[in-house]
Amino acid sequence: MFFSSPNQTIRKAFNRIFDTTPLLISLVAALVVASVLLIAMSTDPLQAYRSMLNGAVGTENAFAETLVKAIPILFVAVGICVAFRGGVINIGGEGQMIAGALAGVSVALIATSLPGPLIILFSLTAGFVAGALYAGIAGFLKAYFNVNEILSTIMLNQIAVQSMNYLLNGVLLDPTEAGTNHIPKTAKILAEAQLPRFSITLPDAIYGALQGLGFAGTPELFARTRLHYGMIIAILLAVIIYMLLWRTTIGYRIRAVGENENASRYAGIHVPRQIILAMFIAGGCAGLAGVVQVLGLQYRLQTDGSATGFTANAGFNGIVAALFGGLNPLGAIPASAVFGGLLVGAQKMQRDMGVPAALITAVNGLIVIFTVSSQMFARRRARRRAANEPPRSERVLDAAVNTPMEQQT
Amino acid sequence: MIEQLLAPSVFAAAMRLATPYLFASLGEMFGQRSGVLNLGVDGTMLMGAFFGFYTVMITESLLLGVLAALITGLIMGLVTAFISVTLKAEQGISGIGIYLFGLGMSELLYQRLIGTPKSVSGFSNIYIPGLSDIEFLGIGEIFFRHNLLVYVAFALVPVSAFILNRTPFGLMIRAAGQNPQAADAMGVNVTRVRYITVMIGGMMAGLAGASLSIALLKVFQQNLTSGLGFIAVALVYFGRWRPLGILIGAMLFSVVQAIQLQISAIGIDIPSEFAVMLPYVITIIALVFASKRMEKPTALTKPFERGES
Amino acid sequence: MKKFRLMMLVLVLLFSLSMLTAVTAQDEPFRVAVVSPSAINDLAFSQSMYDALLTIQAEMGEANFVFDFQEGTFVVDDAAVALRDWASSGNYDLIIAHGSQYGSVLEQLAPEFPEVSFAWGTDVNTFGLDNVFAYTAAADQGGFVNGALAALSSESGIIGVVGPVEVGDAKAYVDGFIAGAKAAKPDIEIQVNYIGSFSDVPLATEAANTFIANGADVLTGSAQMVVGAIAVAQENGAKWFGTQSSQSELAGDAGVLFQVYHWEVVLRDIIASIGEGKLGGESYILTLENGGLVMET
Repeated sequence: MFFSSPNQTIRKAFNRIFDTTPLLISLVAALVVASVLLIAMSTDPLQAYRSMLNGAVGTENAFAETLVKAIPILFVAVGICVAFRGGVINIGGEGQMIAGALAGVSVALIATSLPGPLIILFSLTAGFVAGALYAGIAGFLKAYFNVNEILSTIMLNQIAVQSMNYLLNGVLLDPTEAGTNHIPKTAKILAEAQLPRFSITLPDAIYGALQGLGFAGTPELFARTRLHYGMIIAILLAVIIYMLLWRTTIGYRIRAVGENENASRYAGIHVPRQIILAMFIAGGCAGLAGVVQVLGLQYRLQTDGSATGFTANAGFNGIVAALFGGLNPLGAIPASAVFGGLLVGAQKMQRDMGVPAALITAVNGLIVIFTVSSQMFARRRARRRAANEPPRSERVLDAAVNTPMEQQT
Repeated sequence: MIEQLLAPSVFAAAMRLATPYLFASLGEMFGQRSGVLNLGVDGTMLMGAFFGFYTVMITESLLLGVLAALITGLIMGLVTAFISVTLKAEQGISGIGIYLFGLGMSELLYQRLIGTPKSVSGFSNIYIPGLSDIEFLGIGEIFFRHNLLVYVAFALVPVSAFILNRTPFGLMIRAAGQNPQAADAMGVNVTRVRYITVMIGGMMAGLAGASLSIALLKVFQQNLTSGLGFIAVALVYFGRWRPLGILIGAMLFSVVQAIQLQISAIGIDIPSEFAVMLPYVITIIALVFASKRMEKPTALTKPFERGES
Repeated sequence: MKKFRLMMLVLVLLFSLSMLTAVTAQDEPFRVAVVSPSAINDLAFSQSMYDALLTIQAEMGEANFVFDFQEGTFVVDDAAVALRDWASSGNYDLIIAHGSQYGSVLEQLAPEFPEVSFAWGTDVNTFGLDNVFAYTAAADQGGFVNGALAALSSESGIIGVVGPVEVGDAKAYVDGFIAGAKAAKPDIEIQVNYIGSFSDVPLATEAANTFIANGADVLTGSAQMVVGAIAVAQENGAKWFGTQSSQSELAGDAGVLFQVYHWEVVLRDIIASIGEGKLGGESYILTLENGGLVMET
């Protein structure tokens, strides 16, 4: 049963293509609607999209910025995969990012006597824990008081912003900013507490080939950009969470509760605990997004009074990327990169063509709408397929997970 | 000090603050009672606020402005219903899409068609003869010196309760949300009921937006609502899907917000950040108590599939 | 021989080409790029810069001065991308980060592009870099004038102030306003409300209503969410004092005095400096004396 006939392999490959097709179609559909809007504003859509593409991947720096933008989105998206698989709708990514950033920057500013790598490690841990605990409030209230998590996380976002404003104006304020006309921001973290910039030394052969294609940079790819090691941490986290969800009992239980709460309860799973845990992990990932923005990019925490000024909406965009990645942490990696490119490219489009950024907000909304709407087709296909044969991943999962389950009960 | 904090003007302010919440929450309640969660209320409100404002600016007719907001809301509601009911999309998330669309689109239209902040002569205050002069407990000032839409919002509370609890259509709504299979078996067209309730919700959200742009604020700016629609959704849960509960929730939130404004105004020395977060903290605490005995519509957020259990 | 002649030809061609670009470089207009947090028509902070750039353009002529403006960039990181894109393009003579929240971005970016000139505000800190100009406005000065006049024109003796977040330019204005009002009329009552947001129009409007209900007959406020508050002043026959940009069109009869920022005063100096090859290291303050702050009716 572990060997499948060539025929089956081909069919599986086809299925995979069909599963991603609705997503691509929804992306294209959103861009078509955007074209109509662009034409209505007497802007040439082709030129606009060329500018967008150029801004996203056109140069070494543009590509690096796309990845930089994708980092916090990926962290949040990975967490969202856990939450949504566990049946918890976490809209509190913004607040959890802020909580993580506040805790992380505090540690980085206090633990200055430690060696750099340790500061980074403690700071990241603090960020994860703070985000997790902050989300845990919503998880706890849902599990034990039946408080809808969509609403509590929306409220908690507001509370986090005001707390940040208060702390950055008070105890965390940069001592050199103490005048009346001050900007609410923390001091800069030590150079050794900053996540290093990320670059790749290209092998001669590849570099030569790239030069042939008109590449103008040095063999040190990304050396003069803002790309940092947060990207590697985010990808590692995605792999770890993938393993957690599909290769461990913890993940199995979270998913079981998400799929059918009642059945899980009858099967002896402690449902409230899974809800809190799912929220905890999701919040931790968002918290990491916050602290990595500080350690890798901004080197201090600063507020303009709103959440978005710091988070750049990553708490919401992460949800979109997670959905786009099929609620699979590994799928979230390319999805986040695509969204990073879309957002960075849109800014370029605004600069080049004078297209208001509001258009991109609207188009993002359309992408979300089209993506979730197209899932009906994926579901219908999945159901038809399930009638024929169980997917391999599920079989492996059952084999891997059911045994320890039975041993425990 | 306490006297200043509980002055009639504070409660009058709360009445005004509660108005957009009431429109949006009551509308959202119909959708949720029939089984559809629309998280995109804020986007619909923004679109309604824009088109209401723009129409008044062009035509100087308040009636046409309200009509424009209602039609905008109706269209947004129709789209929402198509996504949630026909395409059966995950409702919590498609709502975010609708919100983002409304947020971006209303700003885009504002920039292209209006450009810079302008004010319109919107609804002015109507002093109800006799009643508005009542000095006792400040009743006249609190209740009877508002613009038309404030009165309409509060009047919609009993009207909604009547529709929901005393009419055959209300029964159909509740059936569609509580047990769509049984309702379907009894000949209720669940899909149609849900379409209608979501469209009612859209119209009310459009009106909620217009109540801001042409009655309470008389200006339009990008993101005019600043997330007000999300609080409106929270109030539906808080009010346990009942008009009276929603009224209590909206008033509680608004009174706290009005008191918070007064706290700062009269110079009570607490950090402004704490004053601003107060309504949100109170709402969470209130949700804890309100949710304990939650009687949520069983089929809420669950798409209806004929023949499935 | 043939090879040599070809080489000569190429050299001559290259030389004339470089001459050509040098000539066109002289005719090249002065290029400015600006990023700002709110919309260019916000009747407040961003509009003050946009209007100043238009003024400079009118002075120098459209052929000699052009600018790109990325508005509505309240996400600090998006501003970072724009600034880096402009800096690395090498197309701009001056890149302006118009928002105090962009400071730490510039602090990182400017040293990487020492040949590019940057300006940022509102602040006085150039980070010790010689390719960064800093500019700010003594908002408290106009605040003082507004405050004094507001106190004198108030009959009820109560004034309401709507603020965004208790920091920076807004706080300087409000503090100056209070000082001015107290100086003119020591027993004046000033009610201040920082609503905790630069964008929450409904809350700012209701704050203004609260002041009116408490008996205020003069209102003022800073930042772009005050538009509803201005409408409240108009409706209740109260007086409105503004800052940053002129809001007289919106305020109508209610508008009394506006402290308007004329950044062109600073921009002229910066452009002149760059012309002399000085890329930064200087900070400028708009004041009533140097004509950068103008009280307009």
